[in-house]
Amino acid sequence: MKEATVDIREIKHRKSLKKGVKHRMGEVLIENIILLLGITSVVIVSLIFLFLFRSGIALFNDITLKEFLFGRYWYPISTNAQFGIVPLVAGSVMVTLGAIFISVPIGIGCAIYIAEVAPPNIKTGLKIIIEFLSAIPSVVLGFLGIVVLSNWVRITFSLSSGFTVLTGSILVSLMALPTIISISDDAINALPKEYREASLALGASKWETIRYVLVPAASSGIIAAVMLGIGRAIGETMAVMMVTGNAARIPDSFLVSGRTMTATIAAEMGDTVRNGTHYHALFAVGIVLLMMTTCINIVADFVLSRAKKEGK
Amino acid sequence: MNKQLKEKIAFSILTFTMLLVVVPTVLIIGFIVYKGIGTISWEFLTAMPRKGMTEGGIFPAIVGTLYLVLGTIAFALPLGIGSAIYLTEYATHGKLYKLIRLAILNLAGVPSVVYGLFGLGLFVLFLGFGSSLLAGALTLACLILPVIITASEEALKSVPQSYREASLALGATKWQTIQNVVLPHAMPGIVTGAILGIGRAAGETAPILLTVAAFFLPRLPKSFFDQAMALPYHLYIVSTQVPNMPEEIKYGVALVLLGIVGIFFAIATAIRIKFKMANRA
Amino acid sequence: MAKISVKDLNLYYGDFQALNNIDLKIEEKKVTALIGPSGCGKSTFLRTLNRMNDLIDHVKTEGCLCLEDQDIYDGDVDVVALRRRVGMVFQKPNPFPKSIYENVAYGPKRYGMKDKKQLDEIVERSLKEAALWEEVKDRLNKSALGLSGGQQQRLCIARALAMKPEVLLMDEPTSALDPIATAKIEELIMNLKENYTIVIVTHSMQQAARISDNTAFFLMGDLIETDKTQKLFTTPRDKRTEDYITGRFG
Repeated sequence: MKEATVDIREIKHRKSLKKGVKHRMGEVLIENIILLLGITSVVIVSLIFLFLFRSGIALFNDITLKEFLFGRYWYPISTNAQFGIVPLVAGSVMVTLGAIFISVPIGIGCAIYIAEVAPPNIKTGLKIIIEFLSAIPSVVLGFLGIVVLSNWVRITFSLSSGFTVLTGSILVSLMALPTIISISDDAINALPKEYREASLALGASKWETIRYVLVPAASSGIIAAVMLGIGRAIGETMAVMMVTGNAARIPDSFLVSGRTMTATIAAEMGDTVRNGTHYHALFAVGIVLLMMTTCINIVADFVLSRAKKEGK
Repeated sequence: MNKQLKEKIAFSILTFTMLLVVVPTVLIIGFIVYKGIGTISWEFLTAMPRKGMTEGGIFPAIVGTLYLVLGTIAFALPLGIGSAIYLTEYATHGKLYKLIRLAILNLAGVPSVVYGLFGLGLFVLFLGFGSSLLAGALTLACLILPVIITASEEALKSVPQSYREASLALGATKWQTIQNVVLPHAMPGIVTGAILGIGRAAGETAPILLTVAAFFLPRLPKSFFDQAMALPYHLYIVSTQVPNMPEEIKYGVALVLLGIVGIFFAIATAIRIKFKMANRA
Repeated sequence: MAKISVKDLNLYYGDFQALNNIDLKIEEKKVTALIGPSGCGKSTFLRTLNRMNDLIDHVKTEGCLCLEDQDIYDGDVDVVALRRRVGMVFQKPNPFPKSIYENVAYGPKRYGMKDKKQLDEIVERSLKEAALWEEVKDRLNKSALGLSGGQQQRLCIARALAMKPEVLLMDEPTSALDPIATAKIEELIMNLKENYTIVIVTHSMQQAARISDNTAFFLMGDLIETDKTQKLFTTPRDKRTEDYITGRFG
């Protein structure tokens, strides 16, 4: 990068424009370092897949893929250990469904409120509060779930225990909300101003404009927001582990205990023998989880980028 | 039903949904502050835990979290800024660019417990770091990398192209231009992203559960190869794993954790608002 | 003698050809004006002379473009060395958000100059050359963004001059300025040609007539006509040139 001479008294131009032999080696070096840094994320994603598969695939030395994917019982430490993932998937799906059922209407409503109804001076404040909601550590929400929410659920539905799928769903909905709100809000904000003006000029009320013009026009973005919210909900670990009771069976209602894939990994990993069947099984659960979130994210990104193209 | 009435009802419902988000958030914060504030004392913050953690302070957990966060940012910041520089300043929009984009998108969506599995497999076992601050910091660094890349990229993109042109036209090299013009201008945005990333790392539990955290360790870590206690994991422990844990200790831990995350969040938000104002003026 | 000679220059943005077979000689220590309607390729052409178009993806340049006797598009040309010899001033004043001093010293510092006294000298010399010294000498450490538009543009000229370039490219340097600031810059350009070869893109024919020695008229990527300024404006050879300078053109 530096010229060869250190003590330069005056700027002098070499007559030749050619690069010298050792010319700007530093620049080339830096360019290569930056390229390496640039591909870090690709390397990390590859390593994540590699290391999950490396340990997860080993499970199938001990049991068959069918037993794992379709097995209805997760009894990892009984003498006749069984590693059926169905109850865990069912737990994750139930918690996520419940969370989405709660957070989608609230999230979209809140996004519309922020984008179209809120007075400008409280808009920023609302956005900060919602961002802070996403910053609250999930273990703190889980803690509140134990000390407050589970009691409320137990008393409200007169149950013997408040540690239910529903309790998990409510907490997870709090975590999915910021994602849904901020991405839907972006989608509505990205709409051309002309849409609003055209509709209002035709005599539509503000609400009619929102209902019949803005929300349909932003629908791709809102769908992507919901999908990313689902991805966030499936991956949530601590809060769910702390409040759903963790019974590894297929939940038949929202008011019974259930156990998710994430909670299973986090709770059981400490008790496993390195490279034992149970250890491999938890990595295999991780693979299933990773596959689900990867698919959701890729599809959501596809929907989002299509929405952006439509916007143009 | 007439138009005005319809609109009024609709807007009331929208306002109600907004309150359904805002009120619980405020209540959560208020409740933890209210219940936890009485526990916070100099002793609680700076003493070792005693009697099976039911007495004394949480000093090692605070220190553990601070070490973890420092280690995380030390790994994630150079990697993240470097990636962002590559994407905005060097990359051409070809296949590699798309691949990197896809990778960042995926990283952002990987569940935190999967990062934990990955860190366990790669750092703890394969590379032999053991359950340690080092393994935990590396795992968390991967987790916050997308946050840092995205924030840095946005900051770099906001640097006017005319600055780059002016610098290059003066015979500065590309790297000199980045170093002397682009990065200084993007710094507030990058710092904001870094702080948000730190806040995220400070609150994560699942990854450190598998890579670093010690259940109970009444001493400070001596090196980066040591296990350590950490606040989020400590909150999990005291609220689920220890019978007869006094309520006030639980709330105290929750408040300290929320406070640390809140401080990082407040700093990042303040920087962002300040520079938004400055850019408008 | 020609400082820069261009032969058979073609430039493409992807599939779109923006410059067609340009032949032009730029004389040393003269002011050459490039005129033409917007979108005619004059700015694009200017930016080929210090290879600023390299910054844009998918730009392809063909033909021969020589600074004295060296082809500047040769594979092993060091663009950094080229740009140090061929400076540039942009349409909108674009000082860095740094102090006035740091703006002028920016180029020499990147060149590797560390000696404070020498840098001081260069800053003073360049600001004097750009006729800005008297206005700013008491506030060299104040931000350059506090200057008026005209002052900012002269600072950008000083910043370019600090590198002692041989050629100075100016891309509509007065289009963002008021008439008084414009007059100052025009006067400055007339003085600078004693030491520098200047190529200026302008949308104002009056400006071209006032300050340039030679003028080249571009239209839709073609170089239509080039001649001594006085001749081109009084007796254009091409009908299209005549239409443009008499204002019968869009």
